[in-house]
Amino acid sequence: MSDPIIKIQNMNKWFGDFQVLKKINLEVEANKKIVVCGPSGSGKSTLIRCINRLEEHQEGDIIVDGNELSEKTKDIEKIRAEVGMVFQQFNLFPHLSILDNCTLAPIWVKKMPKKEAQELALDQLKKVQIDDQANKFPGQLSGGQQQRCAIARALCMQPKIMLFDEPTSALDPEMIKEVLDAMVSLAKGGMTMIVVTHEMGFAKEVADEVIFMDEGMIIEKADTKEFFANPKSDRTKLFLSQIL
Amino acid sequence: MQTFNFLKPNRDNIKNYSIIGSFLVLVSLIDVISNAFLKINLTSFLPGSLTTLFPLIIGLIGLNMMRIDYSGNKTLDLLNKNINTNNFNALLTLLILFSIIKALPQSLSWMIFDATISGESKDACTGTGACWTYIKVWFRRFMYGMYPNEFHWRINTAFILVIALGFVGYFMKENLKKYLALYYVIIYPVIAYLVIYYLISGGSFGLQWVETGAWGGLSLTFIVSFFCLIFCFPLGMIFALGRRSNLPIIKYISICYIEFWRGVPLITVLFMSSVMFPMFLPEDFFMDKLVRVIIAITLFEAAYCAEVIRGGLQSLPRGQYDAAKSLGMGYWKMHIFVILPQALKLVIPGIANTFLALVKDTPLIFVVGLAELAGMLALAKTNPKWLGFAMEGYIFASIVFWIICYAMSKYSYNLEAKYKTER
Repeated sequence: MSDPIIKIQNMNKWFGDFQVLKKINLEVEANKKIVVCGPSGSGKSTLIRCINRLEEHQEGDIIVDGNELSEKTKDIEKIRAEVGMVFQQFNLFPHLSILDNCTLAPIWVKKMPKKEAQELALDQLKKVQIDDQANKFPGQLSGGQQQRCAIARALCMQPKIMLFDEPTSALDPEMIKEVLDAMVSLAKGGMTMIVVTHEMGFAKEVADEVIFMDEGMIIEKADTKEFFANPKSDRTKLFLSQIL
Repeated sequence: MQTFNFLKPNRDNIKNYSIIGSFLVLVSLIDVISNAFLKINLTSFLPGSLTTLFPLIIGLIGLNMMRIDYSGNKTLDLLNKNINTNNFNALLTLLILFSIIKALPQSLSWMIFDATISGESKDACTGTGACWTYIKVWFRRFMYGMYPNEFHWRINTAFILVIALGFVGYFMKENLKKYLALYYVIIYPVIAYLVIYYLISGGSFGLQWVETGAWGGLSLTFIVSFFCLIFCFPLGMIFALGRRSNLPIIKYISICYIEFWRGVPLITVLFMSSVMFPMFLPEDFFMDKLVRVIIAITLFEAAYCAEVIRGGLQSLPRGQYDAAKSLGMGYWKMHIFVILPQALKLVIPGIANTFLALVKDTPLIFVVGLAELAGMLALAKTNPKWLGFAMEGYIFASIVFWIICYAMSKYSYNLEAKYKTER
């Protein structure tokens, strides 16, 4: 077994008095695809936001690619540059064109020459099939196109890990497929992915492991087949019976 | 059977009704116009007060006859929707229209037909109208203050240079574009300062020294506004970011700064800068009064700018911060490339507001003895040779200020339109 790329040990997090995450233990090996599911308010999003320190945890350790995340972490930007993230609301920069959205971070964070960054961006946009929209602005694109652009933007940083925070929840049913397709082909390319989603079809297709969370705890963690075939806890069974 | 109502049109007879209605409104307007301009009372055959009310009544009936929910005629519908929704609105419309017509001949004859513009002294103004001769004679003073006449070219050249330098940004080469902000925030003000210092103040290159006490008029308005505007904006930006900082020291310094300057009136700040401030300085340290005043106004307005910009920062969704952070951007990169471009775009109307207020606040510097345009007016109207022309002066100043401010607000609308992107 190789060293895990993400290692979370006994992590606790509070929002004020409310404990959102309780005793989280999680190890993710490189190139593995993890799907996190669970009812809303169960702390799924908070968990993956902790992995690139958009949220700070109060107790326990989070180690990403050999770097421990804590207040003492100096180069948090460097770690974040290695961890791409896709959001539920796309969060594209509305004042920049699609191409500029993708080249901004490579140019200014990675100091990539502009030309090289543009080639890379067009390449990534082509992979998600919106290279023909490169000069439009986010407001002119459909939700599905915007989300695919957001995926391309994250990939332009050539991250080691990709985090997806409910990437299809804000989309029309018709657009969900195009985004999922982009994610499937990314998964087949061997990216390490942690995906918070309710798309169980996607989970069955690509996930190596599925994690079920409720009330801030990891209730169940199992291989995908195992998870869907015979879930162990009653809570998981109830959840699956409602969602499938 | 349809009940017949004399004053209520329906869709079938609206054509006839609108013709009769507009004819009646026309009659009322003709009556008022002839009354105001030609001093002929067309309705003198009517008894007493009815004569004055006649146009109003006729006009009301006319508008009433034209009122219909939907006629299909674009002009008529527009009229009905905006000024003829009910009898009260129709009355207000007519009253406003009539007042304007009544006031027009008098003001026109005062401002134009009976006005004087020829001559070189007060004696030329014998008519009943305005005395524009006063403005003409004093024009150079209103523009340049007490600055010696033979050196006015220096002010003009300096302004042209400064304006030309302001356009440099438009012609910058693509690969220099990234230094644009640096240019406008730091280099441009410094160059502008040097240009104004060496050309208008003089003292070297064979130019005679003219002390700032002699500066004045509209050119002083421009100089004060210009420096205050370009300095207060970046300063305000810094304090807006400071107030939202996570570092407590920076945050509380910013809050104290903003609350202090917003809490004191500008006029006391000006007095402090010109009277009190020099007392705290070492004796051999000299700072020109104009510079002190500009610094004071800048610091004052920066606090307002800061709050306006903070409003823009506040209105950005948290997702923008998240996205920028997740791409590995640090605080400054995130703000420079993602947050500020969007926030500043949102606050263009607010910033324009603050800037307009600033320009219109510059006349306050008269209280510390600097006579810009309004200040020169105050001096001119107390000149014993030219007593009694305050009205002309203030009308002139109002027009000048209106032109400047209108240009600024137009420019801000253009900027808004230029940077408008869909969300």
